[in-house]
Amino acid sequence: MIEVLKTGFLTSIQDSGRYGHRHHGVPISGAMDEVSANMANALLGNNKEDAVMEITLSGPELLFESDASIAISGAFMSPTINEQELLNDEVYHVTAGSILKFGRPRRGIRCYLAVLGGFKTVRVLGSRSWYSSVTPVDRLSVGMHLPLADKPVLKKKPKLPVNSAHNYNSNIIEVEKGPEFDLLSKHQKAQLLNGIFNIAKQNNRMAYQLKQQILKHSYSILTSSTLPGTVQLTPSGRLIILMKDAQTTGGYPRILQLTDAAIALLSQKSTSEEIDFVLKQ
Amino acid sequence: MDKFKLSYKPYGQNALLIEWPRMINESVLQDILRFKQLIAVDYPELEQIPAYNSLCLVARRPIDFEKLTAGIKAIYAKGFILPKRNKKVWRIPVCYDLDFGIDMEEFSLEKKMPIRHIIDLHTEPVYTVYCIGFLPGFMYLGGLNSALIQPRRSEPRLSIPKGSVGIGGTQTGVYPQESPGGWNIIGNSPVPLFNPSSKKPCMISVGDGIKFYPIDKSEHQLMTIQVETKIFEFKSYQSND
Repeated sequence: MIEVLKTGFLTSIQDSGRYGHRHHGVPISGAMDEVSANMANALLGNNKEDAVMEITLSGPELLFESDASIAISGAFMSPTINEQELLNDEVYHVTAGSILKFGRPRRGIRCYLAVLGGFKTVRVLGSRSWYSSVTPVDRLSVGMHLPLADKPVLKKKPKLPVNSAHNYNSNIIEVEKGPEFDLLSKHQKAQLLNGIFNIAKQNNRMAYQLKQQILKHSYSILTSSTLPGTVQLTPSGRLIILMKDAQTTGGYPRILQLTDAAIALLSQKSTSEEIDFVLKQ
Repeated sequence: MDKFKLSYKPYGQNALLIEWPRMINESVLQDILRFKQLIAVDYPELEQIPAYNSLCLVARRPIDFEKLTAGIKAIYAKGFILPKRNKKVWRIPVCYDLDFGIDMEEFSLEKKMPIRHIIDLHTEPVYTVYCIGFLPGFMYLGGLNSALIQPRRSEPRLSIPKGSVGIGGTQTGVYPQESPGGWNIIGNSPVPLFNPSSKKPCMISVGDGIKFYPIDKSEHQLMTIQVETKIFEFKSYQSND
């Protein structure tokens, strides 16, 4: 078990997502930055589906009540164990009684803590990802005890994923045309693909809004399926990028679709940061 | 069997979107649901999300759009005659008491219609579930009596209680859990529309019918207890309309 001493800004347990219930309106959820979550799991030889801890903006303080092996990937948040500095993307063996703390994020905003064998919090509808109306809780609270795998065995040579790290300095968000891209005027397409956008304050696990608007419009569609990574255009010209906890249907035109890698990279960006949509060749 | 001109569009790397002509009616919905049933036989690995005039097929990994589209088109081209399904109609109790229907008095004044009459009109039709989305278990229903059409509130509320029954524009429905929302709230239903701890978290499917019936406060209370103690039973009947 791990005991939560401090929660951090928004910390939750996430896995590779909750599939097969979208037709009942259940979002996919899961790690926002799949690339980094996969990396942390891979370092330990875990399965890709094993649950990790997603740490956003500021880290929790965690007391290990048993020995564990851990790996941290994604945002670099100056982690320490018993005041000793740790590196990202390394495997550490932690003894019972140790305290893991984090500092300020110095690169990216979402950090992933994997434990050998994965977190064993409750599985609901096939997934351990926390989401408010599905799982009993949606974020860490002080005093909570998180169950870990029983006596996991560290494999000798874990297989690391290729292309496992982001280029955090890149503002390029790779997209494909969305189902309603062709509704856009020439001018709107140019605004969308030639412009640079900044992330608005409204950004979370459900959606990222952008500060700049493009020309307003009066296109509408009948409510239809949406996916993580869908860029919706509101009638006033506002752009909303749906993320992992987003609703499964929507009535705004879906003008672009982020690639999976772009969703992961965007998840490491925060308010005011720039993004540049580039059509995938 | 109606045949429609469908369009097939790639939707990102992992999904294919099939669209029917833009209209809201039962024949489009039935065509979508029958097609969905056949696709599931040949492509059980795909998630299928139906809505008013669309069906989205989502894979867990990148798809070969051309190949998948060809395969799916062939199923549609073959044509299909499936036996006409009886529609499953769910009876959903609603308490229209003013304690729950916080916008009912205002609604009645604006419509110049007595509350009794609003309840009669709201409980009369069998609504069709065209889509489930927005929140887990939230149904988009078609069939609201045009006399009850009412624009959404200009300022959405930050929190609407679980089970609230509302009208927003041409739509009516039930909030399956507490959520922000802009609909005019006229009542509350105690039934659990989404229950994650159940093996079948959402009993209702797209294409089913919904029939509201009025209950009083004491019945609402009783049913709430039945839901909490897990002895509540959903009631449905078969309709061949």
